[in-house]
Amino acid sequence: MHKFLIRSFVSSLVLLFTLTVAAVAKDVKAAFVYIGPTGDHGWTYQHDVGRKAVEAAGFKTTYVEGVPESADAERVLRQLANSGHDVIFTTSFGYMNPTNKVAKEFPNVKFEHATGYKREHPNVSTYAARFYEGRTILGTIAGTMTKSNVIGYVASFPIPEVIRGINSFTLAAQKVNPNIKTKIVWAFTWYDPGKEAEAAKALIDQGADVIAQHTDSTAIVQMAEKAGVYAFGQASDMDKFAPKAVLTSVENNWGPYYVDRVKAVANGTWSQKDTWHGIGDGMVVISDLDSQMPADLRSKVKKLQADLASGKVHSFTGPIYDQKGNLMVAEGKTADDGMLAGMMTYVKGVEGDIPK
Amino acid sequence: MIKIVKRDQPSRAIFFFTPVLAIFLTLVAGGLIFFILGFKPFEALKFFFIVPIADKYGFSELLLKATPLCLIAIGLSFCFKSNNWNIGAEGQLTFGAIVSGGVALLFYEQEGFYILPIVILAGAIGGMLYASIPAILKTYFNTNEILVSLMLVYVSKLILDYLVVGPWSNPEGFNFPETRQFSESAKLPLLFEGLRIHAGIFLALAAVVISWFVFYKTYLGFQMKVSGFSLKTAKYAGYKGKKMIILVFLISGACAGLAGVGEITGPIGQLHREISPDYGFTAIIVAFLGRLHPVGIIFASLVVAITYLGAETAQIFMQIPKYTGQVFQGMILFFLLASDYLLFFKIKFIGLKK
Repeated sequence: MHKFLIRSFVSSLVLLFTLTVAAVAKDVKAAFVYIGPTGDHGWTYQHDVGRKAVEAAGFKTTYVEGVPESADAERVLRQLANSGHDVIFTTSFGYMNPTNKVAKEFPNVKFEHATGYKREHPNVSTYAARFYEGRTILGTIAGTMTKSNVIGYVASFPIPEVIRGINSFTLAAQKVNPNIKTKIVWAFTWYDPGKEAEAAKALIDQGADVIAQHTDSTAIVQMAEKAGVYAFGQASDMDKFAPKAVLTSVENNWGPYYVDRVKAVANGTWSQKDTWHGIGDGMVVISDLDSQMPADLRSKVKKLQADLASGKVHSFTGPIYDQKGNLMVAEGKTADDGMLAGMMTYVKGVEGDIPK
Repeated sequence: MIKIVKRDQPSRAIFFFTPVLAIFLTLVAGGLIFFILGFKPFEALKFFFIVPIADKYGFSELLLKATPLCLIAIGLSFCFKSNNWNIGAEGQLTFGAIVSGGVALLFYEQEGFYILPIVILAGAIGGMLYASIPAILKTYFNTNEILVSLMLVYVSKLILDYLVVGPWSNPEGFNFPETRQFSESAKLPLLFEGLRIHAGIFLALAAVVISWFVFYKTYLGFQMKVSGFSLKTAKYAGYKGKKMIILVFLISGACAGLAGVGEITGPIGQLHREISPDYGFTAIIVAFLGRLHPVGIIFASLVVAITYLGAETAQIFMQIPKYTGQVFQGMILFFLLASDYLLFFKIKFIGLKK
């Protein structure tokens, strides 16, 4: 009896303590560091949509926009860590080294770095989205809608992320239309409306009647609208910028992940993770399908979307050959994450060479 | 009644007073902008100009930020004083960083006291080489140095892009556009444990002292001054114009190159695509705000540096858009150019006669 009393007393104390901690932990503050302006309607815009979801979940947030990846990033990070923020999301690859450096000095602050691979300290996590799944959808649409069989693709930098997207897109397009060719223009920028529009124009002049993009501005869809060809929105739903040209968009949906991670910090359950989520987890979202697409294509895309989400279909299912005809993935096999993470060769059907 | 009268001679007192006036007007206009945006103006100005440097760390960051600005502006003052419009310091910074970064990568995972001096020297030479292009084209082919130096900025950035994406990219880095980290021997020593301020500040201070000496104590300084006032006079006096043009461009390029070295071997520690947030362009504002005077440039670089830091603090604590920092830089230059009107004109208040 005595023991029981003590035990229940202790457990109620523990409960009380947990409740208090939970109540206090609601004060968790999250910070977001952006590479561009929140009004870019692309990469940064979508991260800010995610931040607003964290606010809506009842947490305080701070953001700093337009932080260059130069020596300035480290100061901004240190200032955020120093001013009472419990978790800091650094949303560009170039923040990788500063993030790990500052994380070492602030072991009690959690750091979440987007698209990087370094987790040098236990308080650093990384996260990225399987955008290539979205590109499988875009490739399927492009392969069906093209009449010239030439598809243009404005790419940013020759890194695995981008190469993977080009390959996934081309493989899907070939599946519905074996005659297509993907022409690439490297813009060497993530965000430069002028350069992007020029790249799109060059592709249209070469006969491309569908343009895909792996850069962030709305300049490409607007150029496509002017030229009367099809295009796809990147990062956010860009339909309103080019209602005739945009067939659909691949949206980056960071909100659920951000809310999840901030809650984990609040509950004390946060631990280091390397997250790579796709359509299935809702990190990659396909916008509404345009009514210009035939009904059977739309239902086909819907089914493909469901199959990618459930894992029934994988974007990289063999047989896959590279440009020279060497086998990359054998029949019946799918590419594993290791291969995807380091993908630096084009598949057959992509024109040109990867810039070296 | 107000009457505007032309001065016989530009006023020397006003010459050094207008930068202060420009800063004051910028503060007033800035406060007004904050007020219109719905922020408390005095609180916003406090977060902009006082909070960021209120502690030791903040002050060290100010010096870190001012170092490249000061160094480049000192170099530019050689050009501007002598009527040579080098707009391409950003390119000279980038090319200096490329050359010195390349040398630093050659010494990857090697240690030795001799590495750092070589790396620094390489950066200065890189900047000089790059600045010599507009200088030689100007002297021998009569091209416009403003255009040539400006265009070369974009060329240098593309060269850097090419190198960090391709041949110099980190072999263990999944093809992301960055090089390996430099070895410790190739990096500038830090002055204090836990702060980022590094030995590069001594390079800037040395540049200040040397420029003062050259401007006011040497024949070259005198030549530059005369050419600045009138190219025809300089020619009449028999100065060898070509030699001087090339020399001032080389000095300017060396300074910009050293600023690049300071960034990559200081806080960054590697080469990647974004090594400078346009220091080369902002330094033009610094040079003019400092009246092309070595001491003036020190103060000007501190003032402009704080607009960078203040913009970050103001966004973190008051959610003021960070781009207001650039608005402040623009306003300083605008008010400076506008108040230069007072150099040449007097405003006279004349009582109305009945």
